[in-house]
Amino acid sequence: MLTFTLRRLLLAIPTLLLISLVIFLLVDLAPGSPASEIPLTVPPEVRMKILEALGVNEPLHVRYLLWLKQFFWVEPLNGFDAIFGTNYAEGMQRIISYQSRSPVFPLIGERLPQTLTVIGTAYLVGVLIALPIGIYSAYKQYSLFDQFGTMFAMIGFSVPTFFTGTLFIIIFAVWLGWFPTKYDTTLEVTDWDSFLTQLRQMAMPVMVLGLANAAAISRYMRSSMLENMSQDYVRTARAKGMDERTVVLKHVLRNSLIPVVTVIALGIPSIFGGAIITENLFGVNGIGSALIQAIRGNDLPMVQTLAFIFAILIVAFNLIADLLYGMLDPRIRYD
Amino acid sequence: MAEQALPVLDVRGLKTVFRTRGGEIHAVNDVSFHLNRGEVLGVVGESGSGKSVTMMSLIRLLPSPPADIRAGQVVLNGKDLLQMDAEDLRHVRGAKVGFVFQDPMTSLNPVFTIGSQIMEPLRAHMGMTKAAAAARAVELLELVGIPDARKRLKAYPHQFSGGMRQRVMIAIALACDPDVLIADEPTTALDVTIQAQILELMKELRRKLGMAIIWITHDLGVIAGIADRVLVMYGGQVVEHAPVGELFANPQHPYTRALLKTIPKISGAREARLKVIEGQPPIMTGAPQACPFRARCEYRHDPCEKVNPLRRGGGWSSSGPGP
Repeated sequence: MLTFTLRRLLLAIPTLLLISLVIFLLVDLAPGSPASEIPLTVPPEVRMKILEALGVNEPLHVRYLLWLKQFFWVEPLNGFDAIFGTNYAEGMQRIISYQSRSPVFPLIGERLPQTLTVIGTAYLVGVLIALPIGIYSAYKQYSLFDQFGTMFAMIGFSVPTFFTGTLFIIIFAVWLGWFPTKYDTTLEVTDWDSFLTQLRQMAMPVMVLGLANAAAISRYMRSSMLENMSQDYVRTARAKGMDERTVVLKHVLRNSLIPVVTVIALGIPSIFGGAIITENLFGVNGIGSALIQAIRGNDLPMVQTLAFIFAILIVAFNLIADLLYGMLDPRIRYD
Repeated sequence: MAEQALPVLDVRGLKTVFRTRGGEIHAVNDVSFHLNRGEVLGVVGESGSGKSVTMMSLIRLLPSPPADIRAGQVVLNGKDLLQMDAEDLRHVRGAKVGFVFQDPMTSLNPVFTIGSQIMEPLRAHMGMTKAAAAARAVELLELVGIPDARKRLKAYPHQFSGGMRQRVMIAIALACDPDVLIADEPTTALDVTIQAQILELMKELRRKLGMAIIWITHDLGVIAGIADRVLVMYGGQVVEHAPVGELFANPQHPYTRALLKTIPKISGAREARLKVIEGQPPIMTGAPQACPFRARCEYRHDPCEKVNPLRRGGGWSSSGPGP
């Protein structure tokens, strides 16, 4: 397993380099220039100076290498400095956002916690709803519960989040007045009351996204359970006199979880990507809305960096999914 | 066929029906037989003749729906398994009745160790501690001839060959010292040398442990080697029931005769073509009124459309007269 992990990690390096190049070239193709954000009252020579300072006049390969150096060397050094109070990175050029003229990483750092709490919780809630539904639907195939589960999944799949979100706002915020319509990013959890307020404002975005996530995962769980339910080893377990609980929740579930865990692990990077629509709908100031703002504002370094971070996460969780697969299924050993 | 003691298993008038979209399939029709302590009862018949379904019906192992056990009694040690509640039945399965299935490659759970799968019934039925169950599991693996048993407890099924997996299945079936072992074509999925090994193992285990065995097979050679008595099944009913020697020497039912004729001869001229029984076994959409074998029978005559001739042995069906 260790050799496999190391080999995969080494292989990830050229993969990520290639991805970074593709992202860089694609973003570079985008129309518009950082200068378009500079007011027209600024004289042309000053404008040129600003562009030079940003390094946008350099040739493509120089800019790419510079960005690589900044991403893999300068920014980690800055992070190191911030943690240990050293100043190794002093005087080095960081990745600068065109919009705010400040380093990109602290900006991302400000946005990430919002996304992780709201979208992360939604994913967790989705998984926790989906697994029992999937298991029980499969166990009682074609029962009333299964029909409801299927309907629930259909709704979760086919109704877009901007619709369910708006519906939730109308029902729960406007008519019933249970939850606030907007997510307040500035709220700090200090005591029980503020914690409850936080829970209340999280409830709607979490439910909207959780429903969408649960729909897909519950279907995977159900079909995986059904596939295993008819296997010979299940008959063996029954013939051994195991109770239904042991048969279903031990023998069948353990086998059924193997593909589902992979699906769940591969879905985790999307948490970091945020849910652009849901974040916008509820005013959650997360990564998703940061990305949208950056694209609108021609903020190429920000777009590039965010896209590349997502790429890293996807590669990483692919590896994690493979490792989990090996741990759950004894037939798969990677050495 | 005089018996002094009561039979360990007594099946009377068992009827199992599958409810499908296309109507009802009468898979087991009024099957009656008994099993004495320590004897080996062979059950033969083509695929689809109802052998497996009968044996699975005994301990209600068929998924319901679609299977529905309509009538009958299955008396094991004086108790009717068909009347038992689920919890009591659970303590019969695996404890009093052990089951060995046809395909050892898929009958073991791939994600649990051999040891844990053997220990499960021990802990569930005999209330053993983990340590006691592990010790017993080692004993069982040694009993079924798996060397280095203690180390093998931690192995997974995929690390075992087909023959070894079938040995493990036998160990699981024997774990709680059952009174009856039902072996559903335990050697069909194995190659011939392994078949012989498993057969020898079963004979030896029966000598050592003295349990009664129901051995389902369509291999008449295996039956000749291991069984004391034989049930011949066709169309979901027992068409003939006789001690093994008598069955081979003097088969009564035309189906039994046809089956015996399909065995290739070792001596004499080599046959150009292997003999077969022409046609397919019937799909029983209703309880048999006439002889289910009549369409393929070479001795067919008029009464075959009216009566259902069953030959010899115990467990007479109500639908047909004696010989």
